[in-house]
Amino acid sequence: MADPLSPRDRDWHPAPFFPDYKSSIYRSPQKPLVIAPTSESEESGPVFGHNMLGPLDNDLIRNFAAPGEMAIGPRPIVHGRVLDENARPVPGALIEVWQANAGGRYRHAKEGYLAPLDPNFGGCGRMITDENGHYRFMTIKPGPYPWPNGPNDWRPAHIHFSVFGHSFGQRLITQMYFEGDPLIPLCPIVRSIADAAAVDQLTAPLDMDVTAPMDALAHRFDIVLRGRGSTLFENRLEGN
Amino acid sequence: MPTKRLKESPSQTAGPYVHIGCTPNFTGITGVYETDTGSVMRTDAMQGEQITITGTVFDGQGAPLTDALVEVWQADAAGRFGQDNSGFSGWGRCPADQSTGAWRFDTIRPGATGGGAGHVTFWIVARGINLGLHTRMYFPGDPLLASDPWLALVEETRRGTLIAQQTGEGQFLFDIHLQGPHETVFFDA
Repeated sequence: MADPLSPRDRDWHPAPFFPDYKSSIYRSPQKPLVIAPTSESEESGPVFGHNMLGPLDNDLIRNFAAPGEMAIGPRPIVHGRVLDENARPVPGALIEVWQANAGGRYRHAKEGYLAPLDPNFGGCGRMITDENGHYRFMTIKPGPYPWPNGPNDWRPAHIHFSVFGHSFGQRLITQMYFEGDPLIPLCPIVRSIADAAAVDQLTAPLDMDVTAPMDALAHRFDIVLRGRGSTLFENRLEGN
Repeated sequence: MPTKRLKESPSQTAGPYVHIGCTPNFTGITGVYETDTGSVMRTDAMQGEQITITGTVFDGQGAPLTDALVEVWQADAAGRFGQDNSGFSGWGRCPADQSTGAWRFDTIRPGATGGGAGHVTFWIVARGINLGLHTRMYFPGDPLLASDPWLALVEETRRGTLIAQQTGEGQFLFDIHLQGPHETVFFDA
């Protein structure tokens, strides 16, 4: 049996109930979570093989485009590593990403923003980390967009990330923001995270070392999943 | 034991358009991935009692979540996890119906695991859920329920929220309530 997963620091994560983000009001549990030791159900998880991937899965510029066409907009490379809390790389991690197009419009039946769809942009991509935990994809920089929450709320440009580690208890969905975006501190979804350092962890800096000259800028986004074995359930009950 | 040096990346909501990334074919983005990952859990080759689990996630006003994404992870019929070669992946993913909020998994009944009664782990994300919610579904009438270590952590009056209703042969209903008098028990494991 694998080691237990270390407990989540729920003060680092966003508050489940955060009234400035209206959707959380009726969708956050009101009773305390029941604290439980991880079991095999959380310490094991599905395994994804590279053979599930198509050659364009990590190229959002082309994977929905007509042959010979490309999606419109600034075209960053996004890359980074998946690590655990012990700073060990997580190879074989499935990452799925989704996002709006350059105008801030999602390709979704329930999306109503007036910015137009890009006929060559679907908005999904996926990859599996290599033996060093590294991943990389090409995309279009998503635009910011207004959303129905407060009278005038705007989402900063962001890319959604869904990540599988080696165990189901590591499962994580988060969002990546772009360094320097002035909308980041204004966004109620971002502000559901109390600690500025935690928001920084979701903000991907420009990475000139990885840019493709005359082609693409680059942003680096490292993702940290829960680690194993560093804290015992018994310690936690005592408040560690 | 290594010193913990990094903080887990904070979660953010999956938002209302999680389907684009996780089940693109479901939302009409076709031709990128051949199938939606996790849409099929079992093959004809695998052993075990075939079952169907259906349900709906409800918010604090009793409205169904029509934008939720539900994932399950479970042992095979023998209580083993991740035995891909048995023709059963153990992992499934289903988007809620965009009108009714109903979701469905065609799976097999999990065997008892080393840790207790047979169960299915559920993980729920949606707009308004800032960190994915983790719960478990157990089976009604299972004699191991009384000795299950996780159920023992739950106050008796709330244990029923973790036990499915059997609605027919091999048919189980497991509604999930995010708030209210029947609020489902969620775990921090």
